[in-house]
Amino acid sequence: MCFKCNYIIKPLLLILGMVQLGTAHAEFGVNFPEPAGELAQNIFDIHMLTMSIATILLIIVFAIVIYSIYYHRKSRGYQADQNFHNTWFGHWSWVIVPVLVLGVDFTIANNANTVLKTVWEVPKEKDIMDLKVTGHQWWWEFDYLDHGVKVESRALTKEQSGDLYLRDVDNRLVLPTGKKIRFLHTSADVNHAFWVPELAFKKDAIPGYVTETWIELDREGVFRGQCAELCGTWHSRMPIVVESVSPERFAQWVDEQNAIKVAAAAEASSSKTWSKDELIAKGEELYNTKCAACHQITGTGLPPAFPPLKGSAIATGPIAGHLKIVLNGKEGTAMQSWSSLNDLEIAAIITYERNAWGNDTGDVIQPADVKSAR
Amino acid sequence: MSTTTMTHDEAHHHGAPTGWKRWLYSTNHKDIGTLYLLFALVMLFLGGASAMMIRAELFMPGIQLIDPDLYNNLVTNHALLMIFGAVMPAAAGLANWMIPLMIGAPDMALPRMNNLSFWILPAAATMLILSFVVPFFPGGGTQINTGWTIYPPLSVQVGMSMDFLIFAIHLLGVSSVLASINIIVTLLNMRAPGMTLMKMPMFCWTWLVTAFLLILVVPVLAGGVTMLLFDRHFGTSFFDAAGGGDPVLFQHLFWFFGHPEVYILLLPSIGVLSHVIPTFARKPLFGYRSMVGAMLAVATIGMVVWAHHQYTIGMSLGAVTYFMVGTILISIPVGLMVFNFIATMWRGAMTFETPMLFAVGIILMFTFGGLSGVMLAVVPADMQYHDSMFVVAHFHYVLMPGAVFGLFAGVFYWLPKWTGNMYDERLGKLFFWINVIGFNITFFPQHFLGLAGMPRRIIDYNVMFTEFNVLSSIGAMIFGLSHLLFLYIVIQTIRGGKSLKRSGAKSWEGAKGLEWEVDSPPAFHTWETAPQIK
Amino acid sequence: MSAQEHSSQYFIPDPSPWPIVGMVSLLTTLFGAALAMNGVSIGKFLVIAGLLLFAYLLYSWFRDVIAENLSNRYNDQVGRSFRLGMMWFIASEVFFFGAFFGSLYYIRAIALPWLGGEGYLGVTHDLLYQQFQMAWPSHGPGELGGAFTPMGPWGIPALNTFLLLSSGATITWAHWGLKENNNQQLVRGLIATIALGLLFVLMQAYEYGHAYSELNLTLNSGVYGSTFYMLTGFHGFHVTMGAIMLIAILGRSMKKHFTLHNHFAFEAVAWYWHFVDVVWLGLFIFVYWL
Ligand code: HEA
Ligand code: HEA
Ligand code: HEC
Ligand code: CUA
Ligand SMILES: [Cu+2]
Repeated sequence: MCFKCNYIIKPLLLILGMVQLGTAHAEFGVNFPEPAGELAQNIFDIHMLTMSIATILLIIVFAIVIYSIYYHRKSRGYQADQNFHNTWFGHWSWVIVPVLVLGVDFTIANNANTVLKTVWEVPKEKDIMDLKVTGHQWWWEFDYLDHGVKVESRALTKEQSGDLYLRDVDNRLVLPTGKKIRFLHTSADVNHAFWVPELAFKKDAIPGYVTETWIELDREGVFRGQCAELCGTWHSRMPIVVESVSPERFAQWVDEQNAIKVAAAAEASSSKTWSKDELIAKGEELYNTKCAACHQITGTGLPPAFPPLKGSAIATGPIAGHLKIVLNGKEGTAMQSWSSLNDLEIAAIITYERNAWGNDTGDVIQPADVKSAR
Repeated sequence: MSTTTMTHDEAHHHGAPTGWKRWLYSTNHKDIGTLYLLFALVMLFLGGASAMMIRAELFMPGIQLIDPDLYNNLVTNHALLMIFGAVMPAAAGLANWMIPLMIGAPDMALPRMNNLSFWILPAAATMLILSFVVPFFPGGGTQINTGWTIYPPLSVQVGMSMDFLIFAIHLLGVSSVLASINIIVTLLNMRAPGMTLMKMPMFCWTWLVTAFLLILVVPVLAGGVTMLLFDRHFGTSFFDAAGGGDPVLFQHLFWFFGHPEVYILLLPSIGVLSHVIPTFARKPLFGYRSMVGAMLAVATIGMVVWAHHQYTIGMSLGAVTYFMVGTILISIPVGLMVFNFIATMWRGAMTFETPMLFAVGIILMFTFGGLSGVMLAVVPADMQYHDSMFVVAHFHYVLMPGAVFGLFAGVFYWLPKWTGNMYDERLGKLFFWINVIGFNITFFPQHFLGLAGMPRRIIDYNVMFTEFNVLSSIGAMIFGLSHLLFLYIVIQTIRGGKSLKRSGAKSWEGAKGLEWEVDSPPAFHTWETAPQIK
Repeated sequence: MSAQEHSSQYFIPDPSPWPIVGMVSLLTTLFGAALAMNGVSIGKFLVIAGLLLFAYLLYSWFRDVIAENLSNRYNDQVGRSFRLGMMWFIASEVFFFGAFFGSLYYIRAIALPWLGGEGYLGVTHDLLYQQFQMAWPSHGPGELGGAFTPMGPWGIPALNTFLLLSSGATITWAHWGLKENNNQQLVRGLIATIALGLLFVLMQAYEYGHAYSELNLTLNSGVYGSTFYMLTGFHGFHVTMGAIMLIAILGRSMKKHFTLHNHFAFEAVAWYWHFVDVVWLGLFIFVYWL
């Protein structure tokens, strides 16, 4: 019987291929993409090292086993050597084998340890840039602690993202190259994990605790990743897109963000009375980014987990009840409190919800109404 | 086995009791062993059916068949059915059948309790299946979308089905602890006169160590899920930072159980191999003593490296370094076991009947899975691998060869003993080849998926992952269907008939040990007077 | 068919309905409990039915075992099996409690310092809980359950320690009685042990009442409340079980079931009682005192 067929040779070739393709062939999608920083490069190297060691060991084991099953078989008339375990080798193998394995283990552990030290301890430098990463069900919040900028990053729908579906977001995480960045991970609800393969580390976002990692990017580009810790229904829809840019471009971006923030604040605090159409237009946009993940663009929800708002008793009933659930959320369900939105935003969303999809209540809610309901 | 095969011994023994009471009230280790094995087979098919659903959904990008919560509910159920329903009971079934025969004892030490530990399993399975179906009833709450690791706070969000799951885990725990106590007591107290511990067959040794592990770690899991239950319903805050608790505490409790658990799954199959390989290599097991030592080392080190499943939670440098080095060191004893198997084959006179084919396949593929385990153990690299499909590939490469295939090998090896009929060798070999090829097509591509950046436990993926997923799903269909052949072979062998050869007391030319001295099939009661071991 | 005929060397019990009854009772109880916790009303009744069935099962099973024992069908090997079995059962219980003690340690030595700004995840404090001061007892940065007074060690707990330790002594005294064939001493020793055990349970119940009504120390009082009630609660449950077992043994002692060579049941219960005793010492030191 031919033992060398198919199932031995094929995987073996594939593994060999994998090692050789190794570094340069991110496009085949069989190995990690090209790292985007020195730290990531070190991690990549230790991965390649252990994989090579594993491959060599595997080849040795395969070779010995195949040799043995070819030559030491009864059908070839081979007589079993009943005393093999009593030779000197039999007596000392229990020392020889562990010592050899220990040697290999030591090589792996030693190299790993060197890398580990640099990865693990965040450099204690004053001008390190702090970035707070908060996981939510199911979007990311990036808080540039040193720049006063906040980015909410949500998955785009299939129509919007095409082939990048599940790997594309509305607002990217923009980061500068050549600067040490400290990531502070936490979560607002359940565990998530931040994973962008080019940055080469993964860290859990644990509610109530803050975990740290760091990196210094050394090339520009767009790097895509996903949430890697099971976080409920839409765990598959929590992409992360990092846009690595030059420090100058980054400074410019920060300024833009701050300008937008100032404008939005001014708009929200103006005592203007908004027209229904203005509110609905604003509300639709906000709804589609913030609420549609659960309640869907069509307002039909995904029962039983997420109720429809189309024709819902709350969204067509008294305004106070509608305001209450949006402002306070509902304990024990995925419906969180949205009180961090400003009055204008909430007014717009609620106006939209009460007039869209045939919920033709005709109600118009002004920011002042929201303020008094808080 | 069917009652007909038992009739011939009724003449000179109080044969088997008849009717349903024989099975329900049994105090006979062979009957209980059979029950365990049948139960495991049913669970394998249920768990396999959920795996097929998983692979069908992942066949193509997009959400085609099921919704996301149901997907993760299936994943959860798949893992639990396979580990607690299929592998552990099957191993316990082999233990029940073979340990008394191997050590020359008439039965297990505590036969009534033996029956209890089996019968709790169907109760646990009922609760487990309820936890899966309850959400489909009105008012049944949400699905268990947490994976088998049921990490809080996500598991606190889940509806009442989680309570069914928690109680199912309690029941499974009680069952395994009782079974383990029984096995330990049997091995320590019921050996035939003259059989010292160091003369005990290796399968018995593996089970002795396994049972110790179970007794030490299962109660910790029970404690952990009890805390979870209290957090869910009685306002405690073990896993809630607002009250001073820590969600990660649950992970520690779970993996303190979970990591030894993987060796619990592995060791009985190692025990089977320690009999199969010498039999078909026609020479004694190489390194009996080092095998025992290696096993004890695996168990000991295995108890203290649990946090390698949690490298990404934020542990101190000292802690991760310790867990990394400890985990890598496990390759020493496991490597020694693999080495001993190869050395047993070396200069043997090998033939390749189905059990031996599986044994050789296991050595090669388990080594592969183990080596990818060592890659995972390296902390910096695991920052990449963790929770990606690479991990899924790793653990199916250790679980399948390391546990399931070992059990298949055991079934083929001992089936002639249990039934008195030789199975159809041609079909057996066919099964092996389809099975192993299907297995590799299914899980090998998942390594690449993981490295390319696909997380695990996602229902929907980006088009860049399509090719390998298609391949994997096709492999899974082949692999899944091959088990129907297995079922056919087993049924055919049990029923016997003219086309099959009968097996003598000694089914295999090279077989050694007390179990081959009793008839095939063995009388209802065996070794009523203990054999004397020189 | 009778078990004795099998052989003179080994004992194998006859087929028995009890395991399957056990399965049914456990399933009913837990199924009911899962329903009851989620407000389904038949759940409670299922729990009660299941527990009654379980009690009946224990009674019947042990009745069979006792009958077998009294009809001299057990040999030394069976006795050894029983003893080994009990030992490993207690070992599993040790690890069950280990999980809770381990959690207590983890919370106090690792999690709380992080929340308070020390150790590896100390940034947590700067970012999330600037107000929070690490201390033990603690109900966490969320101050769950409101202000409470922790349970001091030197009142009832110290008294309870004394009670349990003395009960350990009385059961040993009873054992001596058994060894010297002094049935009166055996019975008296057991009665004293049971009385001390029950008194312990009563004190504990009183302590809980006190904690709830006056100290505002409840299950909801953050991790302190959680660990306190979990550990003492499970221990109290074990003491109750132990006391019930002792009462059964007392009944059998009064019927003079035990002899110098045949008293496994007594030993098993005594070991169990000592185990409960040792756990209490751990509790006293780590939960109340330190
Ligand atoms: C039977 C089951 C089984 C077995 C035997 C193993 C064996 C091992 N496993 Fe695996 N593992 C699982 C089942 C198993 N595992 C499961 C189920 C999970 C995932 C759980 C989940 O998250 O859902 C997992 C996850 C898992 C992780 C976590 C990954 C992550 O989530 O990030 C890690 C990390 O260290 C790991 C490591 C190892 C190691 C080092 C071994 C070692 O024991 C392997 C030792 C064997 C060898 C090394 C090969 C033979 C040796 C030689 C040929 C000698 C020469 C070798 C060297 C010099 C290296 N495993
Ligand atoms: C012993 C344990 C064991 C076993 C045997 C298996 C067997 C299989 N497993 Fe699984 N698996 C786990 C333990 C196991 N698994 C664990 C612990 C997880 C992690 C769960 C988590 O993340 O929480 C997991 C997760 C897991 C995933 C990842 C899901 C995800 O992360 O999104 C996948 C995906 O491919 C998978 C596939 C399979 C397949 C195809 C098989 C096949 O080998 C099954 C083959 C068997 C059969 C198919 C049954 C017999 C035949 C029939 C029923 C006939 C009908 C057949 C057809 C119609 C084709 N498993
Ligand atoms: C993460 C998922 C999620 C997001 C995002 C979300 N909701 Fe909800 N919402 C829910 C769930 C779950 C409920 C049902 C709560 C319950 O059980 O009563 C709900 C209920 C509601 C209801 C009451 C509907 C009814 O008839 O019961 C309203 C109104 C509502 N949400 C508005 C909003 C608005 C406005 C937003 C965005 C600003 C939003 N939701 C975002 C999950 C979500
Ligand atoms: Cu967030 Cu997965
Ligand atoms: Cu592990």
